Amino acid sequence: MSRVARPLGASVDAVGPLSSDGLVQLLTHTGEAVENETFSPYAAHLSADDLRAFWRDMTVLRAFDLEATSLQRQGELGLWVQSLGQEGAQIGSGHALREPDFVFPSYREHGVALTRDVDLVDVLKIFRGLQHGAWNPKDHSFHLYTLVIGSHALHATGYAMALDRDGLVASGDPDRDGAAVCYFGDGATSQGDVSEALTFASVYNAPVVFFVQNNQFAISEPATRQSRVPLADRGKGFGIPTVRVDGNDVIACHAVTQWAVRHARSGGGPVFIEAFTYRMGAHTTSDDPSRYRSKAQESYWAERDPIARLETYLTARGELSDEFRAEVEAEAKALCERARTAVRSWEREPLLTMFDDVYALPHATVEAERAWFERYEASFADGETAAEGKAHR
Amino acid sequence: MPTFEQFAMPDAGEGLTEADIVTWMVAPGDVVEVNQPIVEIETAKSLVELPCPFEGVVSRLLVQEGETVEVGVAILEVDVDPNGEAPSEAPSADESASESPSAEPVQSARSAREDLSVDAASTASRSGAPETSTPDAADAGAAESSDEGSGAVLVGYGVKAGSAHRRPRKDESVEPVGGAQDLGDYPVLAKPPVRKLARDLGVDLTTITPSGPGGMVTREDVEQQVKATSAQTLATYPGDDQPWLAAGTTQSDGRTTRVPVKSVRKRTAEAMVQSAFTAPHVTEFQTVDVTETMNLVSRLKQDKDFADVRVTPLLIVAKALLLAVRRHPEVNASWDDAAQEIVYKHYVNLGIAASTPRGLVVPNIKDAHRLPLHELALELQHLTAEARAGKLSPSSMSDGTITITNVGALGIDTGTPILNPGEAAILAFGAVRQQPWVHEGEIQIRWVTQLALSFDHRLVDGGLGARLLSDVGRVMNDPAQGLVWG
Repeated sequence: MSRVARPLGASVDAVGPLSSDGLVQLLTHTGEAVENETFSPYAAHLSADDLRAFWRDMTVLRAFDLEATSLQRQGELGLWVQSLGQEGAQIGSGHALREPDFVFPSYREHGVALTRDVDLVDVLKIFRGLQHGAWNPKDHSFHLYTLVIGSHALHATGYAMALDRDGLVASGDPDRDGAAVCYFGDGATSQGDVSEALTFASVYNAPVVFFVQNNQFAISEPATRQSRVPLADRGKGFGIPTVRVDGNDVIACHAVTQWAVRHARSGGGPVFIEAFTYRMGAHTTSDDPSRYRSKAQESYWAERDPIARLETYLTARGELSDEFRAEVEAEAKALCERARTAVRSWEREPLLTMFDDVYALPHATVEAERAWFERYEASFADGETAAEGKAHR
Repeated sequence: MPTFEQFAMPDAGEGLTEADIVTWMVAPGDVVEVNQPIVEIETAKSLVELPCPFEGVVSRLLVQEGETVEVGVAILEVDVDPNGEAPSEAPSADESASESPSAEPVQSARSAREDLSVDAASTASRSGAPETSTPDAADAGAAESSDEGSGAVLVGYGVKAGSAHRRPRKDESVEPVGGAQDLGDYPVLAKPPVRKLARDLGVDLTTITPSGPGGMVTREDVEQQVKATSAQTLATYPGDDQPWLAAGTTQSDGRTTRVPVKSVRKRTAEAMVQSAFTAPHVTEFQTVDVTETMNLVSRLKQDKDFADVRVTPLLIVAKALLLAVRRHPEVNASWDDAAQEIVYKHYVNLGIAASTPRGLVVPNIKDAHRLPLHELALELQHLTAEARAGKLSPSSMSDGTITITNVGALGIDTGTPILNPGEAAILAFGAVRQQPWVHEGEIQIRWVTQLALSFDHRLVDGGLGARLLSDVGRVMNDPAQGLVWG
């Protein structure tokens, strides 16, 4: 076996994880539509209203994301994880899903949460340290955010295997069929859990779509240090069909995800999608990306903004009226104001609630721990008890 | 009426405790909007722009550019109702008379409370005084404030002093779930890095009283133990660097000078008295043909690996002694009279008695038993240079385990050296001279020296001392023997 030394740099881009090889694109970054024999049919059903809805969601999401960043800077949130720049991948793919598909997000999927009707304001409860999960996953077919990198790929695979056993795959009635959709980042592809999930998904032909947003950085570690080949190639090694898509092309992301979930729901097995995108913000509010990437790179990607290109496309076709823009702007502003007000008004949840949803059924150990914790809290002389909770500020 | 809101320095990272004010982007009188960038701060992690949480008119900047501000301290005051009515004005006809008075006290009470806490905090910050200087103060502050820190810290930064506090407990204790745990076969609890530290320092974990949670031995415990058991560093006295007669008084007839006994002389005297009158000394002698050693020294001087060090016969003696100690580790010990124990050392800190302008000092080469010849030579050279320059640190002179005194450097054949206190053996290396010597049945001119070994007869018997000395002599006579024993 020979080992070919390859210098890091431009030559890697042609073949490595940053190459543009085989990227599915239906809308160029200058807003021109492109035909793709395989995937254009999966976007054909999108009406102007649908595209406007994409634009609205992306715009509202971005405004919310910036508001949440400000709230963190004002000391109202412990941390915020920005979705800035990844709106296309999230909104496009999220809108391709429906009941009984079930989403397993990591912690940056605010856009997917929006498409699953999760109130974005609730998401802030996690980042204010009030709750571990701020919505009922069943109500939205949207699992809780997973902070451990890549571990939810296993959960998604298990859920998909269960869908199959429950007869909710290739049932003969396409409306009953579902798929699990797991979102994770480029960094997670280096995790063992993800490899294990790919193994099980493959050999059990589980209806799971692995949706990797390759935003090019695992915190500060560039994708070029994590792979010598496009990340989508990871799927091939497990015998899983893969697609690389321009992650800043909301239409292409939608079409590719449409194809993938149909493939999975109809018994075709897992799919591995790599949405090639760029994290325009910091990893989190605790990170300073200027320490590890160049302004030139940032401006290159600013020209490929997912919102701007759809806006150009719709504007050129006269599909984005001033009234609609004003309406969306007002919606975004209202959401941000609601977020500001809500965040400052929240009180700390009673600590004992942390024991509530650990298991679906009563569990002796958890009950013992709950009882102990209650006694422990009651042992303090300052009188505050776990049951009461208290104001956070 | 104007309503003032203050913006407190947020934790812009995770667990940061302070930040520097880099640039103010607003000034008093400026109209600000919500989320308008107002100030650039620098945290331990990054430069960050802070957005304003209020809409209104900036009334005061509470901290200056360049100041380091603790998280939670107010930095900006904004009048969020600059066009509000003056308090003295009568309520307008439209307003309900009952509403206005009830709303006002609540408002003012709130701002008064905030002003109070913020002023106290910012004063502390400005004066540089710690906010919470005593545990009591920390508790008192915690009781008043509901803004408890999470205690989280950024990796690489310690918890700020006083930032953590305990809530007062009632008397009753709460047993952990499942009751006290039997530790079974684990007599000592310690984390792996602490175990490694203990192993590296030669500390037996079972001898330590643990102070960590759940009876765990902590890093501090190990370090404490090392400190407690290792030899104390020599005391230093003012005037250590003065020439001998400087502090003395010369008699009127000019024939004598009385110098107070202090400094190196005092310590030497103390050490020698302690050693000579507690440890019964025995000295043994051996005359050795060291021609081969001298040949080796000349060869090493030509060796380019040794080009950066001065190779002397002392280096070979040192190596020979280390080899001999390895064969007779019992001599590398000290007598603990108080505990009535002999302390055997599993490391060799090789002392080299050095005559310096300030007097006799005995610095030692730490862990000399681990050093290859070249490193040993470097250390020896380093030690000699430091001693000549009078730059020896107290730690370099403490915790020696065995010593060489190079009396030959002064042209002396041999002597009966007195033990360095706390050690059981000392080797005197005499002058190396060309002498007539019977070699292979003929009288030849050979390089000859005398070795003398003094030892503490309480723990080293004559036989042991003889074997040690003879092994040193054997290596000096034929350095190749070092290969056999090395």
